[in-house]
Amino acid sequence: MFPRITLGLLLAAGAALHAQESPVAFTGAKIIPITGEPVENGLLLVRHGKIIAVGDARAVRLAADVQIVDVTGKVIMPGLVDSHSHVGGVQGADGSNPIQPDARALDSLDARDPRLQKARAGGITAVNVMPGSGHLISGQTLYLKLRAARVVDDLLIKLPDGSPAGGLKMANGTNPMRPTPNFPGTRAKSAALVRDQFIKAQEYRAKRDRAQGDPDKLPARDLGLEQLVEVLEGKRVVQHHTHRQDDILTVLRLAREFGFKVVLHHVSDAWQVADEIAAADAACSIIIVDSPGGKLEIRDISFANGAVLEKAGVTVGFHTDDGVTDSRHFLRSAGLGVRAGMSRAGALKALTLANAEMLGLADRIGSLEEGKDADFIILSGDPLSVYTKVEQTWVEGQKVFDFADPQDRLYALGGPGAGDAQRLQLCCYGNAWDLIIAANQGGAQ
Amino acid sequence: MNRSPSRNLHRSLLCAAAVLIAAPFAQADESTMPVAIHGEMVYPVSGPPISGGLVLVRDGKITYVGPTEDMVYTMDHRVIRAKVVTPGLIDARATVGLSGLLNQPHDQDMLEKSAPLQPELRAIDAYNPRDPLVAYVRSYGITTVHTGHAPGMLVSGQTMVVKTLGGTADGDTLKPAAMTAVSLGSAGTTDQAGKSPGTRAKAMAMLRAELLKAQEYARKLALPDETKRPARDLRQETMLRALDGTQPLLITAHRQQDIMSALRLAAEFNLSIVLDGCSDAPLVLDEIKAAGFPVVLHPTMARSFGDMENLSMETATRLRTAGISFAIQSGYESYVPKTRVVLFEAGVAAGKGLGFESALAAVTLNAARIIGVDDRIGSLEVGKDADLALYDGDPFEYTTRCVAVFINGREFPGEHHTP
Repeated sequence: MFPRITLGLLLAAGAALHAQESPVAFTGAKIIPITGEPVENGLLLVRHGKIIAVGDARAVRLAADVQIVDVTGKVIMPGLVDSHSHVGGVQGADGSNPIQPDARALDSLDARDPRLQKARAGGITAVNVMPGSGHLISGQTLYLKLRAARVVDDLLIKLPDGSPAGGLKMANGTNPMRPTPNFPGTRAKSAALVRDQFIKAQEYRAKRDRAQGDPDKLPARDLGLEQLVEVLEGKRVVQHHTHRQDDILTVLRLAREFGFKVVLHHVSDAWQVADEIAAADAACSIIIVDSPGGKLEIRDISFANGAVLEKAGVTVGFHTDDGVTDSRHFLRSAGLGVRAGMSRAGALKALTLANAEMLGLADRIGSLEEGKDADFIILSGDPLSVYTKVEQTWVEGQKVFDFADPQDRLYALGGPGAGDAQRLQLCCYGNAWDLIIAANQGGAQ
Repeated sequence: MNRSPSRNLHRSLLCAAAVLIAAPFAQADESTMPVAIHGEMVYPVSGPPISGGLVLVRDGKITYVGPTEDMVYTMDHRVIRAKVVTPGLIDARATVGLSGLLNQPHDQDMLEKSAPLQPELRAIDAYNPRDPLVAYVRSYGITTVHTGHAPGMLVSGQTMVVKTLGGTADGDTLKPAAMTAVSLGSAGTTDQAGKSPGTRAKAMAMLRAELLKAQEYARKLALPDETKRPARDLRQETMLRALDGTQPLLITAHRQQDIMSALRLAAEFNLSIVLDGCSDAPLVLDEIKAAGFPVVLHPTMARSFGDMENLSMETATRLRTAGISFAIQSGYESYVPKTRVVLFEAGVAAGKGLGFESALAAVTLNAARIIGVDDRIGSLEVGKDADLALYDGDPFEYTTRCVAVFINGREFPGEHHTP
């Protein structure tokens, strides 16, 4: 299981430590690799931002110039992957139209949002930040690495063609239905509008293909339809907000009709239609909220969603939907999942590898394996315990959060100076958070 | 030791939920039976934890708390076993029963917005004991809530202390009028043009004027000439109870200047108050300590924005260290989740430095003291109400389940997770 390593070959002359010019070995911790059984007294070897080896510390002799970090008594697991969040204050579509695939989260993200550091404090190293759910199609999402960042470009995950990785945010049910012009008033109208748009995209693609590159015959560029064509071609995954069991089945029906890849988000009623979800081979990104209700569509939400989906064989991950839940409590989702019947291994996978799969990034992140990015967290104990704290968060071999640092501690626990520097943007109506803030503070409903 | 009949021995708590589905009917006779509850760990809160403890319950009251080996009980006891037994949890500030699960207009009674000062509004006239959220929080071990009007108006109404029995407001209530809810800061002001209070200073001026009116009302009530006494005034009567200390003001204040305003008000009118929320408490610990008022602290996992932007998950620990009496609350939520669960909020506080026993006290005995019902509930002591929560492990651990709940000796199911 553990490869013998000739570490001398790996050492760079001069041994500058930054970005692991020479390898760094974290030894003595319990390592939870996700892809295999946990290893007591483990070793994680990192260099150049990648994992070189993972295994049993007793099975290897380290060369003299490997930097050793003794983490005996700690727990190391992969950095957490949050498949649905609104940190960074991302925005997408505006109130003019229910279908706006041209809007990009990329063009709105504040890389200095304190909530990004709070996410790091929660052990999150990669995140799908999304526009809200107040539209049928609210724009392009972004998959980010929570590296130390000054501007959004520092956070991007680049695809082979250089474009930033991301999905397409869609929604159905009550959130996109509203009494403003152009917006649907019913579920059937919502579906019809989406189908119309995908048919346009099919025609756009056909025209483009028929032109065979001839500029005179190519259709005029359409930023929105281009995105939908990417979806039709499987290059961009639909990240679909949906709650009620009938709405879930509508998503699956449209995905089948147009052949797109979809991840179901929130999926409050998933426990009622788990077999249908499994049959459609759709992954589920679910949320744990502390009580049902608050809106009609999540009247029947259950802590058992994870357990039911796991048993049905569905790929299931947790998300924070930050600020619906706080990124700093992300580990808690797995604990509550186990409380309601999920396996420990399944719950931990639902914080990491399952979400990486939903973002198409499982070859790079989500588990501790040789060759993957060195994204990991160091915990004081069992990841499912309320008494455990995230001590350090590492992204690509760089420490981005350290509880021992007073400023990081402030972000981890809160206090004067840790507040949100900006308005929270998410969810249902663009200004939903203004309503919530008003309601909590001033009693508006 | 006298063991109970064998039919009871297999009443493992693991199957308690199944047994209890038919509870309201099948248990009709059992509800009057005395109960013997064995806990691998029993936390009376009023005293040290008991390993291998026993709690005996008869006629809705606790008749014994102590080591199992020190007590022999009779054959007629129904026997229950659990890993951990605690007093029923108390949520020191909630809106459940007024702010319903569906979040539709018909189930949202936590805030009347027709006027900024309406102390005459009583929670008991709005509390719906059968709202699903009442049973929901009960299933996690919460047996009593101090619930009522939400923050959001300068004086939003009166609170009540009620057991989560799910019966009737009158029958379930411990204290029909516990406190009068006051909101300072953003929650107590309005941004509607031409409406008052539009500023913090105006809000305080209105509040002070209201208390002055109540003082004047009191003076007139005491006039020797009966004909000169004023007619009954529900609003003044309520504020009068704040002045004479029988029904304290529960003042929601998050920013430090609002906490200081609350203390200033209390000093001016010689009020005993309870501070609610208190996100900025760490900035004014000395002042709170000197004033001697208890704090009903915001939920540990509350969202940090607006007046609460400075909140810290460590504040409970800071209050304990400072020697300030405090409890933890679920608070008010306007959206998702529709209510927080005070068990979870205390758990995170425990994990962020408060520790198990202090966190437990913050949702049991300390809460009972602050809301003035510690003669009846809040600890496992002989003579107190038989309100207990049973867990299959450390109650604060995410993976632990509440397996059964007792209120007045009557058993309710613990948490269940669909399907």
